[in-house]
Amino acid sequence: MSLERNMRCVYARAYVRILGANRELSWVFFDTFLPLLGVAAFVYIYKATTQDPEVLNTLLTRVILGGSMAAFWMNVLWGMGANFYYEKENGNLELFLMAPTSRMALLLGMAIGGLFNTTFRAISTVLLGSVIFGVSFALTSPLQLLAVFFLTLLALYGLGILFASLFLMYGREAWHISNLLQEPIFLLSGFYFPVRFLGFYVVTIASFIPLTLGLDAMNQILGGRYALEWGLLPVGTEIGILAILSILFVLMAKYALAYMEERGRREGSLVLKFQ
Amino acid sequence: MGYAIETRDLTRVFRSSAEVVALDRATIQVREGELFGVLGPNGAGKTTLIKILCTLLLPTSGKAFVGGWDVEGEPQKIREVINMVSGGEVSGYGLLTVRENLWLFSQLYGIPGGEARDRIGDLLKVVGLEARADTKVNRISSGERQKMNLCRGLVTDPKILFLDEPTLGLDVNASRAIRCYVKSWLAERPGRTILLTTHYMHEAEELCDRVAIIDRGKVLACDTPSALKRRVEGEASFRLEVALTDLGLEEMGQLPGVRWFFREDKPERGVTEMRFILEDEAVIPSIITRLVEKKVRVLHLSKTEPTLEDTFVKIVGKTI
Repeated sequence: MSLERNMRCVYARAYVRILGANRELSWVFFDTFLPLLGVAAFVYIYKATTQDPEVLNTLLTRVILGGSMAAFWMNVLWGMGANFYYEKENGNLELFLMAPTSRMALLLGMAIGGLFNTTFRAISTVLLGSVIFGVSFALTSPLQLLAVFFLTLLALYGLGILFASLFLMYGREAWHISNLLQEPIFLLSGFYFPVRFLGFYVVTIASFIPLTLGLDAMNQILGGRYALEWGLLPVGTEIGILAILSILFVLMAKYALAYMEERGRREGSLVLKFQ
Repeated sequence: MGYAIETRDLTRVFRSSAEVVALDRATIQVREGELFGVLGPNGAGKTTLIKILCTLLLPTSGKAFVGGWDVEGEPQKIREVINMVSGGEVSGYGLLTVRENLWLFSQLYGIPGGEARDRIGDLLKVVGLEARADTKVNRISSGERQKMNLCRGLVTDPKILFLDEPTLGLDVNASRAIRCYVKSWLAERPGRTILLTTHYMHEAEELCDRVAIIDRGKVLACDTPSALKRRVEGEASFRLEVALTDLGLEEMGQLPGVRWFFREDKPERGVTEMRFILEDEAVIPSIITRLVEKKVRVLHLSKTEPTLEDTFVKIVGKTI
């Protein structure tokens, strides 16, 4: 399959996603201020219950990071996972699947387009959150932070493509799956608290979600002494596991997409709407 | 001989709560350069056929080839050379303009940017959508949207184009514009093939080199429109209107000399319409006499030239 065609597909899909999203600028308000409300609730709980300023700063760092990474998780669930389902309802899916381009290219373009706005939301949460709530970050290694961030996103969007293939098959159930995965993952991945407190077994299972290790590693890099103390594994080990998860999810996504498409052609689910 | 499109005993069964046979051993052969029509009522299997040929659906049994490639084993090769436009299609993104939508779909086929822009500009001009090129799609009419869809199908310059009821729901002018452009597109590009499904008789008659009549998934006849019409030529075809009646008139079909009879009530006009194919015009008096005996008021009688619709009705046993 032509690399040039796939690159054009990635670019076009990402470009129109960004273009379309920015035609309705109300998202800037909603994506800037509303996430702060969720973050604020945890901030005030910790402020009310924590005396030690260093412990408080570590916990607030976690909350701010969780609030910003929540944007990516929501994008993966609703923007990526449910994407083929939306496209099917809109009548675009048939046209996408009939085109000679790679399905991974289509979803990659979607991911990049989605990342653009989501990154804006994530950065605004970090900046506004740290200023408004007076959180200071104790950055120990910018390189490690970048590596963790990008590997987390790679694994996360690999997972998103995997979801897309599942949602493609299960149609309307996609909504329920997305709902099912939204709040429990906030808990399991420790978006707003050190995940270590969930206990060994729960954390082991939760570690298959890239956000769990990603958030933990970022917190260790930015959260100071207590964050290191509450960390799950050494940051280097977490980076290694995230790299393995990235490769695993991207490969699984590729094969799942091909399998689900073939199954959809056989069962007729690609062309039948409202199911 | 190699065909642009060929199906052999193509069957597709959908299984849900009940088993639905959408295509039943359908066999067609479409030559390169041909505009081939598939004519049938709703639910006849036309769209299922197109979805299989467009590699979106697998047959339950039988074979289908597009451009010589098997839809089951070689879908990727087929996708390189085809495109499809469906009637009533609402694809695209409402927040993007007509031009941006077309550009997006052209990129899925890897058309270089400049070439894509030129082709889009040309197509928009030809279908009369140039002035709306930079209008968001959620602001254009359904006729304009269908013209945009046609442009989307043509922007990739496909060797084989599938048109699935492309004028569905459009007004007369928009339908005519689309039919005109389809004809000229094919005339200017020898070797390109179009498979068109429709349930509009005049569309099939006006556009198609050959037509397959399909009902309940079965191909009942396949020939040129004129050859199909000849099947009812030489027979006296009459249309008879009587005042709307709820009497059973089936016996009219049993009268001596009546080869075929069809009755349709049209309460909105207050008439019952009957169509006859007779061995001879001399049968008419006995029909009128029988109706008068039944106290049915005869309103209008006319002799009709055979149309594709007559052929369709004769073959399928009902109108669309």
